[in-house]
Amino acid sequence: MSGLRLFWRKSLNVVMLTLTGVAAFAVVSVLFMILGYLVWKGGSSLNWNFFTKLPVPVGETGGGVANAILGSMKLLLLAAVMGLPIGLIAGVYLAEFGGKSYSFVIRYTTDLLNGVPSIIIGIFAAALFVLPVHHYSTFAGGAALAIMIIPITLRSTEEFLRSVPGSLREGAMALGASKWRTIATVVLPAAKGGIITGVLLALARVAGETAPLIFTVLGNQYWTTGWNQPTAALPLVIYNYAISPYDDYHRQAWAAGLVLLALVLLTNIGTRFALSRGASGGSN
Amino acid sequence: MASAMQGKEPIAARLAPRVEEASARASDKEAPVRFEIAGLDFFYGPKQAVFGLSLNIPKNQVTALIGPSGCGKSTFLRTLNRMNETIRNTRVVGQILLDGQNILEMDVVKLRRRVGMVFQRPNPFPKSIYENVAYGLRVNGHKGRLHDLVEHSLRRAALWDEVKDYLHKSAFALSGGQQQRLCIARALAVDPEVLLLDEPCSALDPVTTAKIEELMFQLKDSCTMAIVTHNMQQAARASDFTAFMLDGKLIEHNATSKLFTTPTDHRTEAYITGRFG
Repeated sequence: MSGLRLFWRKSLNVVMLTLTGVAAFAVVSVLFMILGYLVWKGGSSLNWNFFTKLPVPVGETGGGVANAILGSMKLLLLAAVMGLPIGLIAGVYLAEFGGKSYSFVIRYTTDLLNGVPSIIIGIFAAALFVLPVHHYSTFAGGAALAIMIIPITLRSTEEFLRSVPGSLREGAMALGASKWRTIATVVLPAAKGGIITGVLLALARVAGETAPLIFTVLGNQYWTTGWNQPTAALPLVIYNYAISPYDDYHRQAWAAGLVLLALVLLTNIGTRFALSRGASGGSN
Repeated sequence: MASAMQGKEPIAARLAPRVEEASARASDKEAPVRFEIAGLDFFYGPKQAVFGLSLNIPKNQVTALIGPSGCGKSTFLRTLNRMNETIRNTRVVGQILLDGQNILEMDVVKLRRRVGMVFQRPNPFPKSIYENVAYGLRVNGHKGRLHDLVEHSLRRAALWDEVKDYLHKSAFALSGGQQQRLCIARALAVDPEVLLLDEPCSALDPVTTAKIEELMFQLKDSCTMAIVTHNMQQAARASDFTAFMLDGKLIEHNATSKLFTTPTDHRTEAYITGRFG
């Protein structure tokens, strides 16, 4: 081989290696830039009042977004209660029972549903749950988020169940376990870590959704009681405060963004930690 | 088949002393039949994998199934506990009698309690060692304290001394050979009459393989075994009877000593001397 070719090969190797490294670094740095910017802009507004008080009119000090934090939690709870069971059970069906053509239709539809822009899901949920009763409600927002959660949960559940080796299923069946018992006592526990991770990622993903909430929960300056009234939510607070003309509100919007991101990150890191600790019988 | 190809001398010659020993074991009593298979055809969809197979598996003996890859020996083994039913579009024709009862009409849970299986790769469940062994017992309705049965099964699988202090650790912490013996203990826990072994040593080193073979020898008192193996020394060492299969058909079935020393079919001879497969 000529020296030139060897040189060419080696330099190409170095160039590609550098490119992949730079791209990987860029991914990580974007997250840290966002986090850093949020801390810089909104960190000063974070105090005890921010987490415990209701919003106050412009010019007054000491206001917070406590109602929005609680509202977001209620919305996520609704979305989880309505969406997760459907997604999980359908995921089990696709991975363990589905026939060829029927499964293909479900899988394809799910992917399409996953690709529907969130604002359209918002309009749909509004048409279904807001227009007939003539008022915005926490329930309608939860339903919109549940629709978004279903396809994400379904596909991640299916993938993680499929990654469980068939030999485990055979081992259980060879001991006389029925198909359902095999799934419940061997396959699901084996895929537990992945499934929980998928569920949390789905929740984290919809926690930041704004568009589906605009037409369904509206927003609220005050505490919401029950599930049938308009409610505040963190993404809506960010949206409303950011487009307002007041510096004070802008700072609070940054702070709310920081809280939202921190919640998502903490959930993520927390679960991973919990899973790796509790996995003594689980992953290999 | 590396072992068969290493030396040019016929494998039968190298095995002769051990084979004679096996022959003595096999012929000193005419064992009653545990499994009686007659005219067995098996289909994966339109593709036939087993053709008109008839074979008797004698009680409390080890029957080895040998043959090249894809000859249908694993498929055949898996019809004996109806594991193939878990695959879509499969069909069985013919008769399989277990102690005179047609297994195709039996309740599959009861059948699999009587006919246990050990697979090619160790497949412990992602549970503790204890729970792995207890699994079959729980499936079969045993409630409450199973400790004595778990200990008994682990002892029978010659694993108790190695794991007795770690019963509640994950089964994944064990070595490959220990995992395979755990899978044997798991199968033994429900006290099966038959143990099907589908290449149980193909993922194990020679020392561990020897342990499993020793174990099979001890289990013969209480258990009938059928083993699929690619390793002809293993068939010669560990089995009393050997069946040679080719392209889905049973070519020859005889006492291991006879089959390896004086095969009647030229294809059997070609296979055991390493000329193909």
